[in-house]
Amino acid sequence: MNAYPKLPEFDYIKPDSYQEASQFLASHAGEARPFIGGTDLFVQMRDRTCKPKYLVDIKGLEGMDLITFDQARGLTIGAGVNMNRVIADADIRDRYRLLADAAESVASYQLRSRASIVGNICNASPAGDTIGACLLLDGVLNVFGESGERQEPLKTFFLGPGKTRLQPGDIVTAIHFPLPPNNMKGSYIKLGRNQLSDLAIVGVTALGYPESSVESGYWFKLALASVAPIPLVVDRVGEIMGHDPISEASLQQAAGAAMDTCTPIDDVRGSARYRKIMVRNLSYKALKDVWGQLSED
Amino acid sequence: MSFHRISLTINGELERADVSANMTLLDLLRETLVYTGTKNGCSAGECGACTVMMDGEPVNSCLVLAVECDGAEILTVEGLAKDSKLDPIQEAIMEAGGVQCGFCTPGILIASRALLDRNPNPSTSEIRAALVGNLCRCTGYLRIIEAVQEAARL
Repeated sequence: MNAYPKLPEFDYIKPDSYQEASQFLASHAGEARPFIGGTDLFVQMRDRTCKPKYLVDIKGLEGMDLITFDQARGLTIGAGVNMNRVIADADIRDRYRLLADAAESVASYQLRSRASIVGNICNASPAGDTIGACLLLDGVLNVFGESGERQEPLKTFFLGPGKTRLQPGDIVTAIHFPLPPNNMKGSYIKLGRNQLSDLAIVGVTALGYPESSVESGYWFKLALASVAPIPLVVDRVGEIMGHDPISEASLQQAAGAAMDTCTPIDDVRGSARYRKIMVRNLSYKALKDVWGQLSED
Repeated sequence: MSFHRISLTINGELERADVSANMTLLDLLRETLVYTGTKNGCSAGECGACTVMMDGEPVNSCLVLAVECDGAEILTVEGLAKDSKLDPIQEAIMEAGGVQCGFCTPGILIASRALLDRNPNPSTSEIRAALVGNLCRCTGYLRIIEAVQEAARL
């Protein structure tokens, strides 16, 4: 076997408009793939697990490279914006810090020069590092499709590993986040085989903020990576942490709920049993970290 | 398969090439234009031996299509020295003994230069984080990190 297999043959298409891109993708369903940075796609193609006949380069389309923040409407990140720009953006660091932290855990600086948040989402890997933050921050995808523009909430976007609600001809143009609640704090803990750069064996994203309508005075959210066929939001965590005043017992109960909710498998990075235990331990750690940050305020 | 005529700047020189859609920037550099300083380690964006700068930012050239580089400015290890004078990071890595077999060195030099361009005075942990995508199987990294610190002082 060749140690350095070339990319298989394909046609490279660079459309001038969303309309043109969408029409091409729709009329070549199953044969054409849109791409942005290609950091996952090219590796899959080299491994021959994916053999598109056409690659449609959409990152040059109008507006794809924009980050816009508005005090009233929130944050919109164009699909073509690379992760290093997300990490360095002052508004994102200030108000959506969790997203910058999650992006910073992805691979290496040079990979992040090409990798994008929207690409990470559309690749729909259960291990996607930034997906948990995007889910908990109530991300919504702007999609240009054959029947015009629409919005896809991230919550219902994932159907299975690599499977999403996108249809042939759909192009995700941006991801939008509403304004985060005041004094929101977050934490992303990634368990990899090494300290930096590896894929997640388990990824835990947690956030919390003051919320006067619940008993404890705080609302918490938790998402898990690499422990189910899709990125998982553990709804029970909010209920448990909202019910009684925050205590050691409620942190442990919420972590236990996270463990009970996930359905990991054995694979090369870790066993299902190990993952379950680490989900409990790291969920506890992430929630405690968020709680610590909230208590400091 | 589609073919494309592109022009790009490599180390300040304008180059033109006819590239197939599936040719990577790494293939173009090494095999067509013979800039063999850039190495192919893993072909999967993990080892960083193929790191070059594209429009001022480091990228894994094994994961960039040549056709995407139409109009781009590329800097390879061959372009680091200016007017026969080595870049401070090149001087420092030799001085520190940060080169053994040398295969990872071109990528490390480019990634380090990119780090120093965006952060002229990086801490040890910032250097480690910036070089996480550059694997070295010989040196154990310590002398490479010392070299980046030294280059920041030069």
